[in-house]
Amino acid sequence: MARVTFNEDLCKGCKLCVAVCPKKIVKIAEDRINNKGYHPATVEEMDKCIGCAFCAMMCPDVVIEVEK
Amino acid sequence: MKKVFKRPESLTDKPMHYCPGCTHGIVHRLVAEALDELNIRQDTIGVAPVGCAVFAYDYFNCDMQEAAHGRAPAVATGIKRVHPDKVVFTYQGDGDLASIGAAEIVHAANRGEKITAIFINNAIYGMTGGQMAPTTLLDQVTATSPYGRKAETEGYPIRISEMLSTLEGAAYIERVSVHDIKHINHAKKAIRKAFEYQLQGRGFTMVEVLSTCPTNWGLTPLESLKWLKDNMIPYYPLGVKREVE
Repeated sequence: MARVTFNEDLCKGCKLCVAVCPKKIVKIAEDRINNKGYHPATVEEMDKCIGCAFCAMMCPDVVIEVEK
Repeated sequence: MKKVFKRPESLTDKPMHYCPGCTHGIVHRLVAEALDELNIRQDTIGVAPVGCAVFAYDYFNCDMQEAAHGRAPAVATGIKRVHPDKVVFTYQGDGDLASIGAAEIVHAANRGEKITAIFINNAIYGMTGGQMAPTTLLDQVTATSPYGRKAETEGYPIRISEMLSTLEGAAYIERVSVHDIKHINHAKKAIRKAFEYQLQGRGFTMVEVLSTCPTNWGLTPLESLKWLKDNMIPYYPLGVKREVE
């Protein structure tokens, strides 16, 4: 059981987290934009998250918190 | 559930101004995590450069000082000599450290100043709009080398870590990269080790971090990581360049 939380307003949509996720569950939310004007990264299938924190380690803007 | 990854205390809450996918943010976080782990945030004074990281003083949650372009090692020398019990680091890019600040870094290292330099090498001037830097690779196209850098007119890319590793005053110099998780983890260990060496008063320490500039390289953030791996690492080999036991 693991959970990642995105501070979406800090996200710049660079997609590095999308590329690095071993479970391929990090996606760009095409249906909304944040206050910087980017489509933020998000996770919908949270039950598949293994809490490896790769997304958080790769994120240049420290958007992501991981709980396990 | 407990938190296994959160924003380090040594970073402020201020959103960083860097371009999407710029690895400056990763290195900021690694430095902050090292300060947290060593529990030295309250005893640390950082020196910010001129360049993309000019606002680093807003992002690090420790005492910070801004220096003139390239002069961060000289300013850090002064701070360290007045406050020998503090941990002093500079955070500099390649335009700052390898070009206008080349003299300052060479002599700070040669004097064995007990400071730590975090040197971000992305082979280009970022803030000013993608001009050629001393570290720009041969044949790399930049705003001021539109046909690619040529050795006969612009010389060769400078390997700063190798150059400084010949100096007696340097205690620890390593080149690391942040293009994937494995290398990010190793980079953090190197940064932490540099601070530990400083705490032990061993001499000058520097960690050179190969970094990306998606905007001025004209690549996506992901393509930039691959470009770094394929082009920069062969010319700038990773590893410890100097370590004095």
